[in-house]
This record gives sequence, C-alpha cells and structure tokens, in this order.
Amino acid sequence: MSKNKNLRKKAYEVLGDLLDPVTAIIIALTLGGIIIALLGDDVSIALSALFKGSVGNLRNFGQSLLSATPLLFTGLSFSVAYRSGLFNIGAEGQLYMGAIVGAIVGTLFSGLPGIIYIPLVLLSGAVAGALWAFLPAILKVRLGVHEVINVIMLNKIALYLTNWLVSGKGPFRLGSVQPATPFVDDAVRLKALFPGTPMNIGYLIGIFIAFNVFMLMWKTKSGYKMRAVGLNRNAAEFAGINVSRSVLTAFMLSGALAGIGGAMEIISVYGRFYAGFSPGYGFEGIAVSLLGNNHPIGIVISSFLFGALKTGAMKMQIIAGTNVNLVKVLQALIIFFVAGRWSILSLLQKQVDKFRAFRKRREAQDPAGEENNL
Amino acid sequence: MSMLLNIFTPALAAGTLGMATPLIFGSISGTFSERTGVINLGIEGMMLMGAFGAGMATLITGNPWIGVLFGGLLGAVMGLIHAVMCIKFRANQSVVGVGINIMAAGIPAIILQFYWGNPGRTPMLESIENISVPLLSRIPVLGDMFGKLNPLTYLALLLVLVSHIIIFKTPFGLRMRAVGHHPKAVDTVGVNVFRIRYICVVTSGFLAGIGGSYLAVAQLSMFVNGMTAGRGFVALAAMIFGKWTPLGCLGAALLFGFSDALQMTLQAQGVPIPSDFLLMVPYILTMIALAGLVGKAVAPASNGKPYIKN
Repeated sequence: MSKNKNLRKKAYEVLGDLLDPVTAIIIALTLGGIIIALLGDDVSIALSALFKGSVGNLRNFGQSLLSATPLLFTGLSFSVAYRSGLFNIGAEGQLYMGAIVGAIVGTLFSGLPGIIYIPLVLLSGAVAGALWAFLPAILKVRLGVHEVINVIMLNKIALYLTNWLVSGKGPFRLGSVQPATPFVDDAVRLKALFPGTPMNIGYLIGIFIAFNVFMLMWKTKSGYKMRAVGLNRNAAEFAGINVSRSVLTAFMLSGALAGIGGAMEIISVYGRFYAGFSPGYGFEGIAVSLLGNNHPIGIVISSFLFGALKTGAMKMQIIAGTNVNLVKVLQALIIFFVAGRWSILSLLQKQVDKFRAFRKRREAQDPAGEENNL
Repeated sequence: MSMLLNIFTPALAAGTLGMATPLIFGSISGTFSERTGVINLGIEGMMLMGAFGAGMATLITGNPWIGVLFGGLLGAVMGLIHAVMCIKFRANQSVVGVGINIMAAGIPAIILQFYWGNPGRTPMLESIENISVPLLSRIPVLGDMFGKLNPLTYLALLLVLVSHIIIFKTPFGLRMRAVGHHPKAVDTVGVNVFRIRYICVVTSGFLAGIGGSYLAVAQLSMFVNGMTAGRGFVALAAMIFGKWTPLGCLGAALLFGFSDALQMTLQAQGVPIPSDFLLMVPYILTMIALAGLVGKAVAPASNGKPYIKN
C-alpha cells in the first residue's frame, strides 16, 4: 500500500516537474503569437517559419544543435551552482576566460592529433573557468561575501580583460586585423559530421558531460553533499558535511562547465577568440537551467529548445518580418513563468492541497476513518 | 606636469558629474528597492527601458522632458513587473531581475523596427541642453566645474538630498528600513509590508528609468540598442559601495564617474594606459569594498527574502 503511494507520489512529482515548464512554454508562445499579431505580421507564417527554420530540415536542425551547444554548457553551469545553493550568474565571465584560454592553447601545440588536442583545449577552458570562479567562491567561504555581486563584477572584468588581451596593444592580437586571437590549429576545429549540415560533435560532447554531471550530482557522495548544502545549509553542517568545501567544489565545477562552453564555442563556431563574442550565453543559460528544472536531462532538452528558437527566429525575421529579438521576450516570459511557478498545475495543486487539508480535518474528527485509511 | 594640467581640468570635474548622473539615479533606485528587502538585479533592464521610452516619446512629441517622464514611467512598469513577481509570486528575486534584463534587451528592437524600420536605433532626437546657473557659472574655476551642467545632473544631486531625507528623516523611511530589516516586526505593529515594498520597487523602477532617459536625451541624443552597456550593474555596485545610503551612492557614483571621465580624457590625450584597465576600476573597487577592506558592506537583513504573511 505505502509502496504504491510512494510510486504515485513520485509519478505526480515527475509529472509536475514536466508540466510546469511545458505550460510556461505554451503560455510564452501564445503571448509571442499575440505580440506578432499586434505588430501586424502574419502569425501562422511567422510561427511556421519559426518551426521550419529550426527543425524543418537536417540543415536547420544541425544549426539548432550548434546554437544550443553553448547554452547547454552555461545551463549546466548554472544548475550545478543552483542545486548547491549558489547563484552563479557569472557564467558569462567564466565562459570568456575559458574561451580565451582555449583559443590560445589551441594555437600553441600544432602537430598534436585532434583526439588528444580537442580534449586538451576543452580541459584548459575548464581550468580557466574554474579558476575564475574560485575567487568569488573563496571570498564567500572565507569572508562571507555574497557571490552575486562579485560574479557580476567578474563578468565585466573578464570582458575588459579579454578585450585588452586581443586589442591593438594586447599580447595575443599577433598581427590579426580584427580584435581577435589568431586562428586555432586545424586539428582542433570541430568538423561537420555529415555533409549539408553544420552539426558537429559539440552537442554530443555536451550530452556526455551532462550525463557525467548527473552521475556526479546524484550518484556520488560529494554530489550528495553539494545538494544537501543547497537544500539546507545548516542541516548539512550539523550532519557533519564540510560546507565550505562543498561550496568551493560546486562553484569551481560550475565555472569549469561554463569555461568548457567557451572553449567549445571557439573550436566549434568561431575558430578564434573575438573580443566580446558572446551575445549573453551566460545569462541565457539561467533561463535554460530554470526551464530544465535545474536537472541535466531537463537542460539537454531545454537548451535544444532555446537553440531551436534562436535559429528559427532568424528564419522568422526573413520570412515574416518579425524581429529576431522576439526570442528574448519569449525567454524572459519563460523565466517569469517558471520562476513564479505560475502554471496551471501549480494552481490546481493549490486546490488539491486545500481539499486535502479539509479532508484531514474531517478525518481528525473521525478516528475510525483514519484507521481505515492506514 | 603640463600633461597633468591638461588632464585635471575643470572640464574633467564636469565630465565626472555627467558620467555619474545615470549612476546616481541607478544606485538610488537600487537603494529604494533593497532597503525594503527586494533585491533588484533588473536595474540594467529598467534603465534600458527608460532610455528607450525617453527616445520614443521624444521622437513622437519632440519634447525631451516628456521623454524623460515617459522613460521614468516605462521604468516604473518594469519595476511593477519585478514587484509582482517578487512580492506576490515570491519568485527568486535575482532570477526575476535577470529576466527583466533579458526582456528589456529584446523589446526595443521589436518596437523600433515596427515603428520606423530600423531595429538598431532611433533617429537623432531633440535633447536637453546644459544650462548655466546664474551666479555660480560666473565664478572662475568653480563655474567651469559645476556651473554649466545638464538639468538632469542637477536633478540627480537634488534626488540625493531628497531621498536621504525620505529614507532617514521621515516615518515612511523608518518603515522602509524596518521592512527591509525585520518585516515580521513591522507587520505586527500594523504596517502593510506588501504596500511599502510595492511602492518602493515601483519607485525604484521609475528612478532607474529616469537614469536611462539621461543617456538617450542628454548624453547621446538618440536611443541605441543596448546603450546602457552595463551601467545598471555599475549602479548596483555603487549602491553596495555606498552601503545602501543615498549619500554613499553619490560618493560611489562620483568615483565611478571619475574613472570613466578620466579614461576618456586620458585616451583623448594619448596617455598609454589601456582604457580597458581604467574601465575595470569600478568593478575591482567594488569587489574590494565587498571583501570588507574599505569598511564592511552589510545588506539589509531581509534582502532577498519574500515575506509570507500568516
């Protein structure tokens, strides 16, 4: 009986986790449709362009995966921190540091085979991101400084620092006409997997890393500790968990994931580090993570959704004339709905809770009924 | 020596005040919100919407002052969204702030393209010109420094004074601070916590909107997409640096404005310090301030915690 109940509870939970984001997407898309109509564009043409432009054929599908890749990494980055009770909106800066270090390492060792070189570049990006996250982490652990402002500051510092590194007088410009590093070695560039689509192994590596994040956070002791700290810091401390260590680990892991995302973007899309190349991947990662319920599996799905939205929006702008920035508004709406737990299911849940409380009160007056229920 | 004289001119002081103006509005905006316990990471977006509103209204009416008012109102609308999400739906305040920023980055381009076909910027606008204060502008050095500034800069200085009085010398200010510190206690004595939070977060949006308007109708005479360029975050830093007090905000905003103005002067003079390093200064200073090396920065106790009335 109780096992059955647990199973049912679990099923409700999974359903709830799934329904919240799905309703958020439906509401956001509906509002998006209303906005398109208000702008005087044809809603059906715009939405079908959005759909076809993102998953309509293999080429667009591959492009969607390409756009989704950095978001997968910044989403994972945010989720690891969030699950551990940290608010890391510093993925943007960590991504920049990972990208520039990855780009430089990618030019240093020409002659290495790709199978060794690509992991090396990604690893160097991870180290750079982790080190950039170490500073706010240690300031939080040692001095109790809240991480949010520090990472915002570090985002800006990373931007200016990398701007300078590839500026006219910077050390890494090396004769390039544009504010950028030289191109990375050909062996590290990710090649298209099939002809006719830009899809490369970037997203697959992302899924592999997401799987590892899942194993680490849900199947190992240190992952359990990090999540315990995230759920209740005091309880975790009383249970004998070294909170400082967990915070440091989680923060640096979060930074490392963003750093890999940066290095990946360099070897997958740009081939070199451009000053200010990120259009806000770090911030979009927050929306991706929240929509994916801060869970690796959810993030794999939601990052693809966001990548598809971005790719489809380009097509939508060309065909229906609706500005591509509509996607940002949709992203913001999704953030609001998910963050506010503002969905049909949660509203229903409230009614159910009310009814349960009512029944409980009635059962308390009738002990026999309670016994039957056991 | 002559180089130093070329750099440290009265114009540098005037430039500092000019660069500090949006930061003063922004940081006092943050103070209003966070003093009542609502974290406002959305200042950047509220400023951007303010700049956009000011640009559009000026474009349509031709009067930049109506533009400023409309910019403030649009900022207030963003503030209201922030308030409803944070207070009524008790969403994570930092997350909502990030959402506000993303939304504000998207809306202007859509409407601009709809309205006149160019999603990137408005045409040149009527702008608010600098004014000379009658007596002050005649005094030799001081006049060049403080006598001929933008009316919005004077308004910002006035705002510092007024908000200092509101927050620290009036019963409403006492309630504000108490709500941010211990909402339950305030609720117990019969003050409506939610009402005070709503008022202050919407005010916060309004002020941020005015700060953004300055960029569009005073500094640049047009609205350009993403023109706040992180000033909202600098304003947030100024608020922390100023320890959530209007006078502190003024000091921090002037410091950051100075490093901005200095950076531009140095570049104009061809001094070989990379401008990127000077641009980093406010952010590094803020981190040092937060680490407690320049006096501990302590946030209002209930900052970030939604209030649940039972």
